[in-house]
Amino acid sequence: MSDTDRDRPSYIDPSFLRGLTQARFSRRTALKGAGMLSAAGFLAACGIGGKTSTPTSAHVNWVWDKATKAGTLDFANWPLYIDTGTDAAGNTTYPSLDEFTKATGIKVNYSEPIQDDASFFAKIAPTLQQGHSTGYDIIVITNGIQMSNLQLKHWLVELDPSKMPNFFKNAAPRLLTRSFDVGNKFTMPWQSGFTGIGYNPKRTGRDITSFQDLFDPAFKGKVGMFAGNQDTGNLALVGLGIKPDKSTPADWQKAADKLKQQRDAGIVRKYYDQSYIKALAAGDTWISMAWSGDIFQANLSAGNNDLKFVIPVEGGLIWTDNMCIPVGAAHPVDAITYMDYVYQPEAAATLAEYIDYITPVPGAKAVIEQQAATEPDKDTKAALLGTSESPLVFPPASELAQTSYYRELTTSEATQWNAIFNSVIIT
Amino acid sequence: MQAVAAAGAGPRKPALRVRLTRAAAPYLLILPGGAWLLLFFLLPILTLAVTSLESGDFIAGFNFDWNLGNYSFGLQLYSSQFLHSIEYGGAATVVAFLVAYPAAYWIAFYAGPRKAAYLLIVLLPFFVSFVIRTLSWETLLADYGPLFKPLKDAGLLPGDFRVLATPVAVTGGLAYTFFPFMMLPIFASLEKIDRRLVEAAEDLFANRFEVFRRVIFPLSLPGVFAGVLLTGIPSVADYVNQDLLGGVGTTMIGRVIEEQFEVDINYPLAASLAFIFMVGLLAMLLAYQRIFGTKEILSD
Repeated sequence: MSDTDRDRPSYIDPSFLRGLTQARFSRRTALKGAGMLSAAGFLAACGIGGKTSTPTSAHVNWVWDKATKAGTLDFANWPLYIDTGTDAAGNTTYPSLDEFTKATGIKVNYSEPIQDDASFFAKIAPTLQQGHSTGYDIIVITNGIQMSNLQLKHWLVELDPSKMPNFFKNAAPRLLTRSFDVGNKFTMPWQSGFTGIGYNPKRTGRDITSFQDLFDPAFKGKVGMFAGNQDTGNLALVGLGIKPDKSTPADWQKAADKLKQQRDAGIVRKYYDQSYIKALAAGDTWISMAWSGDIFQANLSAGNNDLKFVIPVEGGLIWTDNMCIPVGAAHPVDAITYMDYVYQPEAAATLAEYIDYITPVPGAKAVIEQQAATEPDKDTKAALLGTSESPLVFPPASELAQTSYYRELTTSEATQWNAIFNSVIIT
Repeated sequence: MQAVAAAGAGPRKPALRVRLTRAAAPYLLILPGGAWLLLFFLLPILTLAVTSLESGDFIAGFNFDWNLGNYSFGLQLYSSQFLHSIEYGGAATVVAFLVAYPAAYWIAFYAGPRKAAYLLIVLLPFFVSFVIRTLSWETLLADYGPLFKPLKDAGLLPGDFRVLATPVAVTGGLAYTFFPFMMLPIFASLEKIDRRLVEAAEDLFANRFEVFRRVIFPLSLPGVFAGVLLTGIPSVADYVNQDLLGGVGTTMIGRVIEEQFEVDINYPLAASLAFIFMVGLLAMLLAYQRIFGTKEILSD
């Protein structure tokens, strides 16, 4: 994502885009609203039933009243998830962070310690449990079990709405009603992405459109599935026509049985972590569960320009990585200043030009188009237009409508979910 | 110091301070090691034991209540992963032994002045991080990788032939990863065999095979014993190889423990699995020691 090479020859493979832009009708939009209501009820219920009370506005004021701008900020992010450059001495720089420093006087200590949500959460959980600071002011966590755990444990600082004007003004409307952070109390999205199917048409010999294609005996031993049980479990639910939000443990079992058949028939080669993209690019797998941005990147690297990404007709998954402030953070004011800063269309555009995932600010599109219009260099202009026209960065409503978020899980549900899907994946 | 000097000067009984120091010396000597063991072995083990008997969940918190259910639950749920660990770890140890012994033998007896150079050549790859080396194997063994693509193109292998994502790849990876731990102890014990013993055996009309069987091999057993331990234990516990080279149905118990600890955050189950694994391994080691252990190990 942090590709500094602006001379991208074939910026987007047209055939690859076709898979993303096929218009499909869906009734999921209507269902989504209902799912959020139930999730809101669940979160509220937890607040009342839990050991500690739900943080109230008094809590909010307590944090924000005494905190002042410190002029420094410790930001923990995922690798390759921000724009990078190189200074005269050959050191890596982060141009957008430098701009932020120039604008606000806040110096950013940027690090990339997050390889995946689970291991990062496991690393910070004992620290937070003991009431110590993690040493980070901003962490980026995907919606899912770790995100609910952080909220249920009251390990996130409740945000002060008065300090996030850009967010409320410029965030995509769908992001203001996220089921995993009702009321935008704790998080602001960094980027989002799709989970769907990636494939190599040269090897599959045909276009892939459906979840069922992952079960085709013709691809025996050449199908990659994800080891992360949230992605695999939820995609199987969607594939069976079950809305994850509405699913019951009986549905999970049904999905697991379907996945077991696929496994026992020898169709699945392996349950992959991030390494799936390497296997797909190398031809070890022909068709694989995939994250949208990865396919895009693999196609940018020479020789692998032929992978396609598709959201199955049955529907795909969408996930959102969210910036949040862990409790005990030393510089909360600086943190929320940055979190809100990136919701200015100009700042969001700078990030979107480098990160090939869905930007949370639709208004960045106009900024990039404007930059492209005045850009004299042909290649740079093509690259800018590639970003502003990419359905991965600015997905049309029809694409978003056919994707679902992961099932929200209570702690006991998570235990059940893990037991059901781990019995498929971990063998 | 004065007391020591005075004590050394005459036949008088040493001063009280000296006697006290002498009496305390063994305890002082054991102190760093003992403290280390206490702090980094005994306390963690105790914590692990306590954790393995807790119940509850991450959000509500875990409570100690002698929940032995973790053990039966873990055994019932993950017995096949325990078996995989023993299977692949055991096979890898045998493979490593079969490769390492002849190599160590040749270097010890026939490499002459270039011994050190050959050893260095054998060990050089292991200066690179083992994750990187395993990743390289993943690339080499890819279905259409540099190894198999030519063979498949030439029709020597069926198109769907694969090594990656199979138990063979996991076992091979383990054997490769821990190879030096097998080879070095064997080499060390072969190298210090007194050559006059070999000559003596030959004087007594032993042929080369008999020399090996009755003199060299028995004398190298301490090295083999150590090599098997040093290779076997980490192989059985490893989870990186099965993660990178394995596929469906090759999960080893280390991976399950990691998953329970990091992803599912079920500390009690993770702890009980770790305990079962540890006790099982210990039992196997004791049995191994009883059957194959030699007195030479102690006297060496």
